[in-house]
Amino acid sequence: MTVAATHAKHRDAGAKKVRQFITPEGVDLELKIASSGLRLGALMTDVMFILVTLILFTLLMIWIGVGSQSDMTVVIWMLGAFVLRTFWFIGFELGSRAATPGKRLMGIRVVARDGGRLTADAVVARNLIRELELFLPLMMMGVAVAEDMASAWTIIAGLVWSLTLSLFLLFNRDRMRMGDLIAGTWVVMAQRVKLDPDIGVDAAADAMLFTEAELSVYGIFELQELERVLRGRDPRAMREVADAIRAKIGRPVAEEDDAFLLSYYRQLKARLERKLLFGKRREDKYASD
Amino acid sequence: MTPPAAPSRTIETPSFSTSRFRAEREADWIAFDWLLGKLEKKGAKALTSDELLQLPLLYRATLSSLSIARATSLDKALLDHLEALSIRGYFLVYGVRESRWSRIRRFFLYDWPAAVRSVWKETIVIALIILLGAMTSYSLVANNPEWYFNFVDEDMSGGRDPRATAEFLQSTIGHGKAAADESESALHIFATYLFTHNSRVSILSFALGFAFGVPTMMLEYYQGIGLGAMVAVFSAKGLGFDFGGWLFIHGTTELFAAALSGAAGLRIGAAVVFPGAQGRLQAAADAGRTAGKVMVGVIVMLFVAGLLEGFGRQLITDTMLRYAIGSSMLLFWLAYYYIPRREDAA
Repeated sequence: MTVAATHAKHRDAGAKKVRQFITPEGVDLELKIASSGLRLGALMTDVMFILVTLILFTLLMIWIGVGSQSDMTVVIWMLGAFVLRTFWFIGFELGSRAATPGKRLMGIRVVARDGGRLTADAVVARNLIRELELFLPLMMMGVAVAEDMASAWTIIAGLVWSLTLSLFLLFNRDRMRMGDLIAGTWVVMAQRVKLDPDIGVDAAADAMLFTEAELSVYGIFELQELERVLRGRDPRAMREVADAIRAKIGRPVAEEDDAFLLSYYRQLKARLERKLLFGKRREDKYASD
Repeated sequence: MTPPAAPSRTIETPSFSTSRFRAEREADWIAFDWLLGKLEKKGAKALTSDELLQLPLLYRATLSSLSIARATSLDKALLDHLEALSIRGYFLVYGVRESRWSRIRRFFLYDWPAAVRSVWKETIVIALIILLGAMTSYSLVANNPEWYFNFVDEDMSGGRDPRATAEFLQSTIGHGKAAADESESALHIFATYLFTHNSRVSILSFALGFAFGVPTMMLEYYQGIGLGAMVAVFSAKGLGFDFGGWLFIHGTTELFAAALSGAAGLRIGAAVVFPGAQGRLQAAADAGRTAGKVMVGVIVMLFVAGLLEGFGRQLITDTMLRYAIGSSMLLFWLAYYYIPRREDAA
């Protein structure tokens, strides 16, 4: 039972990230909250993009400045740097994908928590707060380096305080930044998933047939793991899985692994889907048939 | 071991099969995916009227496929694809209901003034705090000029402190002989620096608002202190009136913007402390959106202030004209924000 319990726990952990999000058509889109790791990755990518842009912009301005001997380039540089820093996130999140390049790469996007559309003021609010979350700890560290040890404790206190702001998203289950909280937004998964060919249908004849008893040992979780292995097409993984299934149902090694797995997958899927139509959803092999 | 003679094959031809379901509907999903790709890349303008009409149909077809697939199919790849496609479709179909241009127009005509109007109480509080700060430092510096150095950063003051001569002070506000010698380019840079610096202080005082508004009020008080100390230095040398003009031309816009950014922060802080009938989260989110609108306006205002400061102030040296421009800017902002409009009810 312990194995079954851990399985159930894993499923619950996955379900905890899913938020109900019902469209006007009445379909629940089941949005998944983006993990803190992805958020950090997206932020790092964006900061890197900003730095690269800033360096290129600086070089361009130096080149023009040296060429034209005018101080206007300094003004343009300062304005440009300000715009880049303040409006990078706002500008991209106002677009139709509601994601900065970093978020796009990580496959996440910003949505309004109430299911309405993401308004410009929400985007502005969530990103102006970023100024605080991101730059205040940096400023505190800068001060800490500049000052001497006399005020060390105040600086440490300031640093801890500003870090609790920045790490706020770790302390709530919706992974909301301070800015998300104030703007009423969430960051959710928005990957694109390619439609893989249907492996349940392409080869017409099944190489082999399995009995009801042989098919009744597995549930949906195992079926979808098998699907993953079949789509992965890694011969070593296929061999291991095929051997495990053969051992479980007591079949000799007689066929090619992929032919065996594909037939087993198809028949198991057909069986479980038939049961599903009758309202029986067997989550995994520990659940009763 | 021989397999039993009657395997599950005989009952394995139901009238409904998920493979057939997929084969029947797949064309719709591919069409929808292609349409969404086009919409994302080129915008709604690139779509023909036929495609625009197709869009909601395909969206609903995809959602219905998702519902059916969830109830009948165990193909993970299919489910994931349909889910991702529906999510993408939902946000594109329901995401933007008006063009970018009409959004901008509505923001400037209605949303911005309405947001500013709705934080009027906070604006008054912050304005009083700034005034209080200014009066505190003015009275302190007027009595004992040494206080000045506690209030104003050396870098920011640029030599404008109680030790300076009246002639020097006069030159810094664009009068007298020395003013002509000052190179213009340095002023551009200083003005730009002031704009970016002020914007960041404003953003900070907004962002600090959620901590019950306390840091916001402290920051605004501090801004008032710097102002009052400067005024004290100049008026001690008998330049109070001229300095007023120097400050007034852009100061009405800039201080107004500073007060609004503080008000935006305070609104969030107040919503967190006193959420009223709503939940605390919902109240904070509502306040955040109003404050976000105000903040966009604040950055626009600060940009205007930067222009007035960088160009207007250097080109116009007549004190009365400076007062006139500053006052008319103030009147403009007041009229823009507080004169009610017909669309307000909406």
